[in-house]
Amino acid sequence: MSLLQLKRITKNFGGLCAVSGISCNLENGSVTGLIGPNGAGKTTVFNLITGIYRPDEGEILFDGHSLLKLRTHQIVARGIARTFQTIRLFQNLSVLENVLAGCHCRMSSGVLGSMLHLPGQRREERKALGKALEALSLVGLRSQAEQLSKNLSYGNQRLIEIARALATEPRVLILDEPAGGMNEQETLDLITLIGRIRGLGITVLLIEHDMTLVMRVCEHIIVMEYGRKIAEGPPDEIKRDPKVIEAYLGAEDEY
Amino acid sequence: MKQKIVIFAGTGAILAALPLVLNAYWIDVLNNIGIYAILALSLNLIVGHTGLFNLGHAAFYAVGAYTAAILNTTCHIPVLWLLPVCGFTAGLFALLVARPIIHLRGDYLCIVTIGVGEIVRIALINDVFGITGGANGIFGVSRPSVFGFALRTPLQFFYLIWIFAGVTVILFHLLEYSRVGRALNYLREDEVAAEGSGINTARYKLIAFVLGAAWAGMAGNIYAAKMSIISPESFSFWESVLMFSIVILGGSGSIPGVLIGAFLITGLPEIFRQFASARMLIFGAAMVAMMIFRTQGLLPAGPRKYRLPPLASEGDKA
Repeated sequence: MSLLQLKRITKNFGGLCAVSGISCNLENGSVTGLIGPNGAGKTTVFNLITGIYRPDEGEILFDGHSLLKLRTHQIVARGIARTFQTIRLFQNLSVLENVLAGCHCRMSSGVLGSMLHLPGQRREERKALGKALEALSLVGLRSQAEQLSKNLSYGNQRLIEIARALATEPRVLILDEPAGGMNEQETLDLITLIGRIRGLGITVLLIEHDMTLVMRVCEHIIVMEYGRKIAEGPPDEIKRDPKVIEAYLGAEDEY
Repeated sequence: MKQKIVIFAGTGAILAALPLVLNAYWIDVLNNIGIYAILALSLNLIVGHTGLFNLGHAAFYAVGAYTAAILNTTCHIPVLWLLPVCGFTAGLFALLVARPIIHLRGDYLCIVTIGVGEIVRIALINDVFGITGGANGIFGVSRPSVFGFALRTPLQFFYLIWIFAGVTVILFHLLEYSRVGRALNYLREDEVAAEGSGINTARYKLIAFVLGAAWAGMAGNIYAAKMSIISPESFSFWESVLMFSIVILGGSGSIPGVLIGAFLITGLPEIFRQFASARMLIFGAAMVAMMIFRTQGLLPAGPRKYRLPPLASEGDKA
């Protein structure tokens, strides 16, 4: 069975239909790309999956359970983590503390335990610290752990977001334009990183405009335009699909 | 960490020795500073750490003080035994009040908290439920006793208040270095990202409010015990403004900053008392200058330090 299933999801904003009847399945352990021109509704799909918006129609199933009634933090706890298109870090906190935010939902100490640093709290805190450092090592920022996150370069800030999402121990990782603002070398490193994340058994869903990245890391691509799915399939098929070419380059007979 | 313990112990020792050289008047000034320090530390959880503007903190302070005064004068329960009860009632009141308004942002929340503060004050003046004594307040709160030893003089209260302040500092410092303390900071920095990282934002906002209010309630208990008379005018909007200024001026989210703020805001007007009415002018001018030249406060919070294992050089790119 698919890990994540979208079933005829529709979302309207006033008169604007941002997402209309999208269905797709994410197989466990796969890397799926969601592409399409600007304003096609890709980020809205992400926001629907992560509970920021509620769909007007349709159903979202994760591991067979509906996500529709859950709030964002509950969805994260179930195992779906995301990064944001416009970087949303905790600017004035250290890189390490940004990643520790991801560990939060796997910890349980309450107010009293926290105020008294009870033994259970200390054990949990040590474990979380180790996990956060591990996530930072994975993205290659271990040496910057104590810097303020706002002092890092744009590309590295994107990596902090990925590390923070990984620290939630997700089963599905949703990346919203992870290569946005990255230079060529950083993009190549990102491709390696996504491969490694996949190697950990994490299912990846990403939005990206950089076609080299999409074609290299994704085994399955979904193309959206005006809120609808216009094509779906492996990269080779997508590249040749006339509807996709039309969406990206305009129809041949337009002029 | 060691350095912090030394600073804390050093400051504590100096404070403990101060009564040796001060007369009763100045000890009483220090007592006031201590109560404001506790109040501002509690407000710091809400304003400094969580970034929720609360200009009605005096309401929670009042609930604690009136709980102590009412239960002490009617049921004759020793006032310090009521400390947890006062924390509980103030916390419960905060929970009831904050639950419906907690989703409001910044300035809106601020206005509502001002309203809550005023409602409480006016309710007290109007002798709500016939138990608050109206504008005259409640008098005759019995002297607190510690292990059968009754506290009467400013000096005895000095130790009670500052030991409580010291415990508050330690507990709140430990809280900062925990899952809960960090969660509050994530909220302040970016609510959407916090929720998206798996933090129950609504819950932690409430935690900040309830915990801050509970502590203000306990400060209210100590205030009632110290004054033995309480009346609504002690819990006016101005009190909320003072607490808020202490937090902002000292440094939001910084415990040492808030302590210094408490000393300056409640202490300086006393020192300049000889300048009579001009002192408030100087005081106001100093606040304006601060907000222009040092917006982060006198001692802003530094980044937290964690004990990290040494860097392994392999497998980590520059």
